[in-house]
Amino acid sequence: MSKVVYEKSRGLTDNPLSYCPGCAHGIIHKIVADTLTSLDVLERTIAIAPVGCSVMAYEFYNCDGIQAGHGRAPAVATGVKRTNPDKIVFTYQGDGDLAAIGAAEIVHAAHRGENITVIFVNNAIYGMTGGQMAPTTLIDMKTSTSPKGRAEAGTGKPLLVSEMLAQIPSVAYIERVSIHDVPNINKTKKAVKKAFQNQIDGKGFSMVEILSTCPIGWNKTPSASLKFIETNMVPYFPLGVFADSPAKEVAE
Amino acid sequence: MKILMKGNEAICDAAIKAGCRAFFGYPITPQNEIPEYMAAKLADSGGVFVQAESEVAAINMVYGAAAAGVRVMTSSSSPGIALKQEGVSYLVGADLPCVIVSVSRSGPGLGGILPAQSDYFQATRGGGNGDYYLPVYAPFSIQEAMNLVVKAFDVADEYRTPVMVLLDGMLGQMMEPCMLPEIKASNYDNSWAANGNSGKRPRNTITSLNLKGEGLEAMNIRRFKTYDTIKEKEIMVDNRVQDGDEVAIVAYGTPARIALNAIEMLKEQGIKAGLVRPVTLWPFPYDTFQNLTSSVKRVVVCELSMGQMIDDVKIGLAGKLPVSFYGRTGGMIFEPEEVAAYVKSCI
Repeated sequence: MSKVVYEKSRGLTDNPLSYCPGCAHGIIHKIVADTLTSLDVLERTIAIAPVGCSVMAYEFYNCDGIQAGHGRAPAVATGVKRTNPDKIVFTYQGDGDLAAIGAAEIVHAAHRGENITVIFVNNAIYGMTGGQMAPTTLIDMKTSTSPKGRAEAGTGKPLLVSEMLAQIPSVAYIERVSIHDVPNINKTKKAVKKAFQNQIDGKGFSMVEILSTCPIGWNKTPSASLKFIETNMVPYFPLGVFADSPAKEVAE
Repeated sequence: MKILMKGNEAICDAAIKAGCRAFFGYPITPQNEIPEYMAAKLADSGGVFVQAESEVAAINMVYGAAAAGVRVMTSSSSPGIALKQEGVSYLVGADLPCVIVSVSRSGPGLGGILPAQSDYFQATRGGGNGDYYLPVYAPFSIQEAMNLVVKAFDVADEYRTPVMVLLDGMLGQMMEPCMLPEIKASNYDNSWAANGNSGKRPRNTITSLNLKGEGLEAMNIRRFKTYDTIKEKEIMVDNRVQDGDEVAIVAYGTPARIALNAIEMLKEQGIKAGLVRPVTLWPFPYDTFQNLTSSVKRVVVCELSMGQMIDDVKIGLAGKLPVSFYGRTGGMIFEPEEVAAYVKSCI
């Protein structure tokens, strides 16, 4: 008798992923999908896809899905969750979407304490549009719009989104994790699960920032990209829990 | 029983009676009574009210609620409607129904808070990207505003499109006796909604994304076939021109009431004029202008703008009759005497 030790998540459709080879979106999709099935909420979940590499995420998650305008996913999620408070609503957003054009929407979804889950994939670059500089691009990192490397003068230092949002009084849970090796993938699984469990428990705004890769945009091999997270991303974007509040009154 | 109500508040009562379950808005004068009234009344009736951080966020909350199959409304005024155009384009692209109340003020830019009709193009031509239109209703009384808000929800659901109700600031701010309209049970289909019932049906997705040229072209052609049906069935016009009238005055919204007074004054001076009042600004009642009674020799368009609807009137007339324009702008409102004098000067 053979035993199944690994299988595709029921939380994912059979649609082929649209991501570049070596991109870590696949790992994160699998973690989110597994979480939705293990918490038994897949059938009542609505996924909100952003604009960016994961613009077609609604094609991959095996649940209802809505494609949102660039940066607007937290506002769209607010509209869905407030009118369907018994459903599970999550946004899946990249750093250009969440930290630049959608900065107002994420700040105010957090500010209102919306009872939603935000999966924030930070790979320090605009991937889909061809590797432009993001608010999270590291200093000296070369991108197509910072060809000599990001300089602090004129573009500032990389935005620390988790630290920033953790200052907002109404947030429930904010943690930064990474997927650069197996122990960290396991920590990511735990964080994602907690962020969804919080929503089930009505605790309010929960966000997991996941440090991820962009081998094409970074001009690195997939394995060198994972190493780059460890050696360059983690020192600037420290991993850990930035907010973890006890149960609170949640908007319904 | 008729009750005395302010336009902006009457709209809210009509919307709630029509089954509006959610409202997302942002403060801007002269429509603040709408979110204020909704904050009190909608929540009391079990609905959802959220004051968004911006008009952009508000329209995207509308998009979310509409995608989840809920009757939803937002309201704003000129610069705020400008900000909402991104979301309106997405709503159209994803075939989502909603009602947008636009209480227009004067512009451009921050302009002023006095009433104007300089957002006719904004309403009927939009500023969002892509090939699209949306039905636009222009009431001229508070009773009609209430009736049209109810109709707007039905039309939005029937054709799966955003619908705009356009008021000039005067109509929003004034009070008139009115009655809540009767609501017929509307049995609209929302089996397409992404509201997480995927255990009972195949999963639903809501998107305006279509990366294949053929696919997007087919979607746009299909949407324009729906527009053909809307043009066939939903055009509304209040045509009061009678045989013997030599002038047709065209006006919508509150200026149509001023035009009616002007018509009375002209009558006393022996000039026969009649009013054409488009109620749907899109689809525009073009045929009305081709079929004007033969006694009409001239058309005068009156707007609180530098002239916007006049373009549609000219399309409708296709050169058949001479067209003149009288307008005030910047929040200035013409008096009946001014309109009458202008019409007289044209003859």
